[in-house]
This record gives sequence, structure tokens and C-alpha cells, in this order.
Amino acid sequence: MNNLNTLQLFRGIGRYGVLIALLLLILFGWLRYENFLGSFNVLTVLRYNSMFALVALGMCFVIITGGIDLSVGSTAALGSVVAAMLSPYGLVPGLLGGLLAGLVVGAINAFVITRLNILPFIATLATMLAASGCALLLAGNQSVSVSYDTAFIELGQGDVLGFPAPAWIALIAYLAGSVVLNFTSFGRTVLSIGGNEDATRLMGLPANRVKASVYMASGALAGLAGVILAAQFGAGQPIEGVGWELFAIASVVVGGTLLTGGVGSVGTTLVGVLLLGLIFNILNFENGLGWISLSAYWQSVIRGALLLVVVAVQAKLASRTEDAHP
Amino acid sequence: MTFLLSMRGIDKRFAGIPALSSASLEVGHGEVHALIGQNGAGKSTMIKILTGYYKRDAGEILFDGKPVDFSAPQDAQKAGISTIYQEINLVPYRSVTENICLGRERRRFGLLDWPAMHREAEALLARFNIKLDVRRPLMAYPTAVQQMVAIARAIGFEARLVIMDEPTSSLDEKEVEVLFNVIRQLKAAGVSVIFVSHKLDELYAVCDRITIMRDGRTVRMAGMSELSKLDLVTTMLGRELNQALHAGGKSHMEAGARDALLTVDRLAVGRKVRDVSFDVRPGEIVGLAGLLGSGRTESARVVFGADRAESGTVSLDKSNGSVTKPADAIGAGMGFLSEDRKLEGIIPEMSVRENLTLAIMPQLARRGIVDEARSREIVDRFIQRLGIRCSGPEQRIRELSGGNQQKVLLARWLCMNPRLLILDEPTRGIDVGAKAEILNLVRELAGQGLGVLMISSELEEIVEAASRIFVLRDGQTVAELKGEDVSEQAVMAAMAHGHDKPREQAHG
Amino acid sequence: MADSATTHPATKDPAKGPALLSAHSLARHGAWIALALLILFNLAFTPNFATWQTLNVNLTQVCAIVIVAVGMTLVIATGGIDLSVGSLMAIAGSLAPLIFMGKILPLPYALGIALAFVVPVLVAGAFGWFNGWLITRLRIQPIIATLVLFIAGRGIAQVMTNGNLQPFKTPEFQFIGLGRVFGIPFQAVLMIVIVLAAAWMLRRTVFGRQILAVGGNERAARLAGIPVVSVKRKVYLISGLLSGIAGLIVIARNSAADANLVGLGMELDAIAAVAVGGTLLTGGRATVIGTLLGALIIQLVRYTLLANGVPDAAALVAKAAIIVLAVWLQRPSQG
Repeated sequence: MNNLNTLQLFRGIGRYGVLIALLLLILFGWLRYENFLGSFNVLTVLRYNSMFALVALGMCFVIITGGIDLSVGSTAALGSVVAAMLSPYGLVPGLLGGLLAGLVVGAINAFVITRLNILPFIATLATMLAASGCALLLAGNQSVSVSYDTAFIELGQGDVLGFPAPAWIALIAYLAGSVVLNFTSFGRTVLSIGGNEDATRLMGLPANRVKASVYMASGALAGLAGVILAAQFGAGQPIEGVGWELFAIASVVVGGTLLTGGVGSVGTTLVGVLLLGLIFNILNFENGLGWISLSAYWQSVIRGALLLVVVAVQAKLASRTEDAHP
Repeated sequence: MTFLLSMRGIDKRFAGIPALSSASLEVGHGEVHALIGQNGAGKSTMIKILTGYYKRDAGEILFDGKPVDFSAPQDAQKAGISTIYQEINLVPYRSVTENICLGRERRRFGLLDWPAMHREAEALLARFNIKLDVRRPLMAYPTAVQQMVAIARAIGFEARLVIMDEPTSSLDEKEVEVLFNVIRQLKAAGVSVIFVSHKLDELYAVCDRITIMRDGRTVRMAGMSELSKLDLVTTMLGRELNQALHAGGKSHMEAGARDALLTVDRLAVGRKVRDVSFDVRPGEIVGLAGLLGSGRTESARVVFGADRAESGTVSLDKSNGSVTKPADAIGAGMGFLSEDRKLEGIIPEMSVRENLTLAIMPQLARRGIVDEARSREIVDRFIQRLGIRCSGPEQRIRELSGGNQQKVLLARWLCMNPRLLILDEPTRGIDVGAKAEILNLVRELAGQGLGVLMISSELEEIVEAASRIFVLRDGQTVAELKGEDVSEQAVMAAMAHGHDKPREQAHG
Repeated sequence: MADSATTHPATKDPAKGPALLSAHSLARHGAWIALALLILFNLAFTPNFATWQTLNVNLTQVCAIVIVAVGMTLVIATGGIDLSVGSLMAIAGSLAPLIFMGKILPLPYALGIALAFVVPVLVAGAFGWFNGWLITRLRIQPIIATLVLFIAGRGIAQVMTNGNLQPFKTPEFQFIGLGRVFGIPFQAVLMIVIVLAAAWMLRRTVFGRQILAVGGNERAARLAGIPVVSVKRKVYLISGLLSGIAGLIVIARNSAADANLVGLGMELDAIAAVAVGGTLLTGGRATVIGTLLGALIIQLVRYTLLANGVPDAAALVAKAAIIVLAVWLQRPSQG
């Protein structure tokens, strides 16, 4: 049973390959740089990457249904602006405002995709522009300072039990995401839609409703990432978020989620985010050593190459699976 | 006798064209009921009306004595009618358990209770003596097992009637046996089964009663044992045994002296083509007959280079010239009219002219630029010659009727002056007038030396047109009929029994 | 699961005839109508609209977008997509100054200029061909295959220049972006030539037919003997070459090459122009002239809003609405 082996190999690569790569990278950093595993560096990396992790989590669900969401970057920017504007009223209004802004963008995506039957790719491309425009309009083309009088900034800069607050948020979101995907019928329907949308409908599952919810969740998570962005850097940033969507897609794919949908995991997506984030971190250290001067710009090249390797392996395996199913 | 299911006087029209007229189907309790008919006879429409996929125009459906009217497959499922489709409609990447339990999951504290669901899946499968690791993805298992999982899913929904649409089309003999055991167990448990298949031996092996449909009507209901295979085939195809011989006065071209244009020897591809041999000579129309799933189309696709053969040889002009892609075949002077006009024939957004000249574009061009004048001239000529009805060569092909689309596709191949033309169901879904025109044209061309390989489910058509007929059955060539032997009876007999050329056969 | 409509295609329902027809013609000529309305609106309300100045401003804004969008049109016509165009522009744009400023090899001045036109475009084309190779050989979906170079491509450009801005003043080279022929910006001339050539190619040549056949029905195209793989590779190659040219125009216009900014977001502008222009996003029906119109419409909407005091950001929202509306209006009727 060739296809069985293929699938196992595939899952193996998805589940362990990326984890092993991450561990090797950490080992490399630990051996090579002095303060690599020092708490300062570790916590900084976690704090910074928690925003990307949230965006990637939403993207992970969207991709598992076989769709794509290009709007997450500018949705995060919009979320950050809204959150910053509401920050004078306290932590909760800021948090909810950003979240809600994201949810609205997600709801528009859901409507255009499931009701108007427009390809997810083009629908989310349009909302990407629209969200970016709204963010710029609200912010008046400049960044919006966050109020330091309220607890709002704690969302980005604070610590809880010695661990960065945004990292807690991301961690909780991932745990929740994992439970939803694995232990609710909603999650199983998400997987089933990506595997075979027609079959899912014939099984009597509410495919359209679940698809709509996934885009709304993706929007809300992007909004939440925006809240953290504003809190972390002390300002709502209408022009941030450019390219976040593609970074998120790359993380999801590197994490072994199949781009055609139907197979995916929340946990390995997080590993994918950390892997891509660490590459940047390591390049910083490398330059700090001053032995060779690898510019920070290499990170895009390395990320692209990594993505290429992963999709090439995926494609190879997929074609083998096809052969086993004539 | 009371029936579990009784459908009476069902009418259904699509865009004014009747698909079913007063069709009926009655299935008893704990009965395995065969439903057969040619393509377009109406059996899938019937099933889709039962399961609520289509709405009927007239007629009544009684299920367990009560009138029912399902508006979606889910409703039918809830009422106890489960359908197992030809291409298994499950989710391959997901675990066996999920595929069985999705839609009626077990929960504990609001979350999915995986251990309970695994146990339930295992228990359901155990009823058919199947033991497997339900945690593994469905695609890890062979097709037969996947089929069992689909059945287990149906049973899990407390199905009282299971509809199986060609469940054996991708199973090997052993797997079919396993499936039959399951069906017998279902029967023993009082579940009824509607079994759609084109493999006659299977019907006799497992079914109790049979309903035969033709042209949207139910033409025969009988006990399986009351009906001989030959009766069955003739009823299905609508030919009477004692009907006068057709072929009597036909003048067959004596092409025997010429060398074969195409020779196919012991071809094998996957499960559908196991041992197919035939040949075509210039100026001759050769028929390839067989029931659905007998491997006709699959063999033709290999000849044209659209698929690869696993073993066996295809030689053109005695040479084993390698045709590995359609472009090679076209270069060698072959044309292939696919049976699926929509999927593999027309390019819907393109005009009649562009569709017609698609295959000869390179020849029509000078330095890569299409010679519009020549292209128009050719297109005008073929529109006239084939009587293609369109508002003009620039009309989009998708706006044409089926018959006219087919003529354009035929012209696509004729305009390259082919030496060998493969026609797969050339008259499917087109009106009678266009049918006759197309067949006449093919005959005329054969008279001018074109070799034609024609695949058709319509016996009358193939017997009339072809001077030799190869009959396929379960992926094997079982008979070659020529001259006096070409008759509908002979073809049907070969389809039913495969007697002409006895080969090793596991006859159950 | 096919519905009944797909098994009985194209039986014209007389009752629905006129309504369908008008919707159809609206979709067909919508781009022309929209452009005409925009121009009329501006003539009436925007001060100083009917001037050479306005025309030149608007033309120079769209040239690079249109040139890239022409390649994108061809790619989309085959049923694909190319996200890497912006990054390929950055690569070409970063490479050219390195060549004519003699940073790679000290070259005679004239030769340096000549090579600065040729080499970057060829390099971008080679990357485009690589996209096509990934898609046809490894059978990776176009959106992901081109995502690889979208990410890595800009990195390559940044690495080549170390992320530094490369200012220059080289009139001979900058002719491509700043020069004029009979008073018309050279880049506009180049754009028109490329648009016309591509439109002609799509309509009149074997290759054009093959592109549309592959996008319209890949299986049927293969059975008709069309070399699907090589057609696909060629359109990605063309998309790469055109991106390279657009990259040169942009740096010439700016008198500087900035690997971080050249072509940023270009893939979106190009796809938007294609979508608004009436090319079917699933492939099989394409119009290069429509793409030109699409780009002009988007630009003119932006100009109109700006000229009438609406902030630039609001134009983005308008652009999003135009894209959705255009795609929704032009979606293929029935399945």
C-alpha cells in the first residue's frame, strides 16, 4: 500500500520534519551565539512573533478549507489603528475594538465568497485594499499614538508570570484552535471541506456556514494581531502588515498544511512561524558576530528557499499519491 | 406483498425534454434489487429523485408505506435512505472514524469523544468481519475497504435502504466477493439494497429482483432467476430476439486484402482494460462494442496517446511508432472524438471557427500567424458540408445545440484529413436527424479510405455502420464478428456470455 | 455533481433572452462605458482636466502597471496567476544600475547602457521561466509556485544592492522612463506597442489561440494536440520579461533604484487591472485591450477622487469595490 506510506511520510514531514528543523536551528544558535538562549532573546523573539502566530492561525484554518485569505495584513493594520484610537478608554475597549474591526473585514470576506461566489483569492484581494484604505482614512495617513495612561499597552509590552503577554495570548489562541480543530464537529467539518467539499455537503454538514465562520475567525485573529501590534510599538500603524499574508501562508505551508486543503495542523503551524521567525533572529546574531557579514536581506531569500523545498516535497508526495490512485 | 419502497408514475423533464415518463420502482423488505439500463435510460435520475437531489414533476413515492418527499439528500439520509456513490464520496485524508461518524458525532462535555467514536466505528465494521485501525486515514486502505466504510457509514445512520451506484466498478474480484458478503449480511439484517451495475454476472450473483429501465420508462420488473442473461440484455437494449436480421443485405467492403492500419495487441491498463486486442484497416469501420465499463473508452484513449498502456502493443502501419501524447497521434494522422463533449471536447469560450481549427492550427499558420483567410475558407466548407447550424463561424460554441457542437468537433478532426478516426459515442445526446447525418458522413469517408474505430452503446447504430465488431467484456476482447456474423443478436450474445472466443474465465 | 443545467447547455430560454443579453453586453462593454462615464464626469467637474498635462500624468502613472498587467493577462488566460511580478521588477531594477554604473564589471559606457537594458530583462525572464517550470514540472499550484519568488525575489534584489538606494543620473538609460518621442512620453509609446503586440498575438497567432485553449479547457486542448506544458512555460516567461521592462521604467523615472520599493504591491495592481478589464479569472477568455482599460479606469478613479479632494486612502476602498463589482458582473453565467 504505497499511498499509505506516502501519507505517513507526508505526515511525518509535516509533524516532525519541521519540528526537527526548528530544534536543529535552536541547537545551532545555542552552540554558536552566547546569548541565544538567554531569556532576553527568547522573550523578545516570542513577543515579536506572537502577532504573526495569530495571523497564521487564522490562515491555517482558511487554507485547510482549501481557501486563502490575502486580507490579513491590512486587517491587522486596521485593527491596530482602531485599537490605538480606543486605547484611551482602557484595555478592554481597545482590545474589543481591534477584534471587532477584524471581524467586520472577515464577515465581508465571508459574504463575498460564500454568497457572491467570488474566488477567495480575488475577494480577499479586494478587502485587503479596502481595509488598508480604511486604516489610512481613520488614522489620517499617519500612525496613531497609543495612550500610555491605560493598561492597554500591557497587551503588547506587559508580562504575565514572567512571560510576555502577547505570547500568552497567542498560546491560548493556539490551544483553543487546536481543541476546536480536533475536538469539535466544527473543526472536523473544516478539515472535511478541504478534503472534499461535495462529499461534505452530501454528508449533510453545513459547509457554507463553516466556511463563512472560518473567514470571520481569520479576520478576528488578524484584528487581534493588530491590537498587539499597536500595544507593542505604542502606535496604531496603518501601513504595517504589508506582506504579512504571504508570511502567514508560508508559515502554514512550512508547517505541513496541504495547500489544496484537507490536511493541516495547528501545532505545526506554530512551529512554522517560529522557524521562519528564528531565521531572522539568527541572521541578526550572525551579523553581531561580525565574522561574515550576511545582510538581513538574506532572510527573504532563505524563507523563499525554505518554502520552495517544502512545496516541492509536497508536490512530489502528492503526485505519488495520485499514481497510487489511478 | 408490501414494499419498503415504491415509486410510481414518476415524471421528470429537464428543459422540456422528458428524462422519466411514468417510471416506477418497487423494492421489498430485505431485498437486493438490481436497477439497470443504458446510459440515459433514467436510472440515475430515478435515484436522484428518490434522494431529493431533483424534484419530480409527477408521481408518488412511498417509503415504508408512507408518502415521502425529500428536499435534500440529508433528509433522505435521516429517513433511512443512504446512497453510496460510484466515486466514493468520503474524505480521503480523514480517519476512518471521522468518515463513519461525521454528522452525528458523540460528545462529552461539549467536545468530541474520540474513544467512543472509535469504538462505534470499530463495532460497525466488525459487523462485516472487518477489522482495521479506524484511526488511520481512509486513503490508507484499498478501494474495497473504503467502500465498506461508506456502507458502515450508511448503516450507522440506521439506513433501511442502501443504494449502491456501480459499487464494483473499481474493485477486483476478491474485493467484489467481500462486498457481496456484506450485502448478504445487510439482507439478513432486513436492510434493502438497490444495486446498480452493468456487470451481469454480479447481478445474478447477488440480486433477488430486477428493474430494467429504457428511455425513461420502466420496461421490466422480474425476479432475477426468471430472466436469462440474453433476455436481460435484449430488454435493456430494446431489441427483440426474433427481430429480423439486419445485416443480411449489407455489402461489406472486402478490406481483408489490405494491411492493417492499426493493430492493438493484448493491451492492459489498470483494472478496466485487461486484455484487449483489435485491428482496423484502411477504408473500414470497425466497431468496439461492450457494456459500460467494459474498457472500450480506456482502450481508445491509449491508442490516441491520452493514457499510457501498462502492457501490450499499439502499432500504426505495422510500426511500433511511439505515440506517447495526443500530439504524436495527431501527427501520425489520427483523430479522436471524445465521448465527453463538455469535458474533453469543446472549448466553451471559443468560437465555432476557433474550435473547428484547433487541431490544424499549426498547419494553418505561416510563421506562427494564423492564416485567417484559409481558416475561414475551411470552416465555411465544413459548416456547409456537415450542415452545422450556427449564426456564423464567430458564434461561441457553447451557444450551439449538442448535435451541432458534435459536428464541429467531428469537423475538427476531418479537416486534418486523418487516416484513422476514433469515434467514442459519436451520437450521444444529439437528435435523430443529426445522428443520421453524422453516420452517413462517416460511412462516406470510410468509402474514401479512412479507417474508423467506432465505440457506441447503441447496438443498432454500430451494427449498421461497422463491417467488423470487436466485443469487449470486463476489459477483455471476447469476440470478433465479421461479415455474416455481424448482427445485434450476436453482439448481445457476446456481451452476455462472451462465448465466441472462449478464454479463461472465473464464472461464478 | 452536475446539475441539470450543465447537461443541457445553451438551450436559450426565450423568456430570459433580453435580460441576459443586456447583462451580457453590459459585462462585455462595461469597461468602455465606465471609462467614458469617468471621462465625461471629469470634463464636467474636474478643473483643467482636458490638458496634455493631465494626460501625461495619468499615462505615466499607469505605464508600468499596464506592461506588467499584459503579462498577467496572458498568465491568467491560461488559468494561472503570477504573484512574483513585483519582485522580478525589483530584481531587474536593482541589476540595471549595477551594470551601467560598472559595479559588477567595469564596462565601456555605451556597452554598459546597452547591457543594462538587455541583461536585467533577460534575468527577470529567466526567473519567470522558473515559475513556469515549477508549475508544469512539479505541478505546484501557480499561486504558491510564484509565491516562492515573491518572497525570495525581493530578497535577492536587496542582497544584490545590500538594500541601499542606488541614485543615478544617466540620461541615456533614463530615456526609457523620462524620454519623449514627438512629445509623448517614451514609456507610454512602449506601453502602447506592448499592448498592441500582445493583443494582436492573442487574437491572430497560433500561440494566442493555444493560450486561450489551455485556459478554456485544458483536457480538450491536450487532446487536440496542443503542447500544454510549453504554452504555460512561455506565458510565465513573458510575464517575467515584461516585469523586467517595467522595473527598468520605474527606476529610470525615479532616477534611483530602491530594491525595497520597486514593484511593491505591483502584483495586486496588475491583477486588479486584469479583473476590471474583463478577463475571466479562471482562464479561457482574455482581453489585453480590456486590461489597458481596466488599468486606466482604476487610475482615473483615483485621479478623479484626488482631484476632487477625496483622500488617497478612500481611493483604495473605491478600488476594492470596483474589483468586486467587476468580477461579480462578469462572472460566467451558470456554472
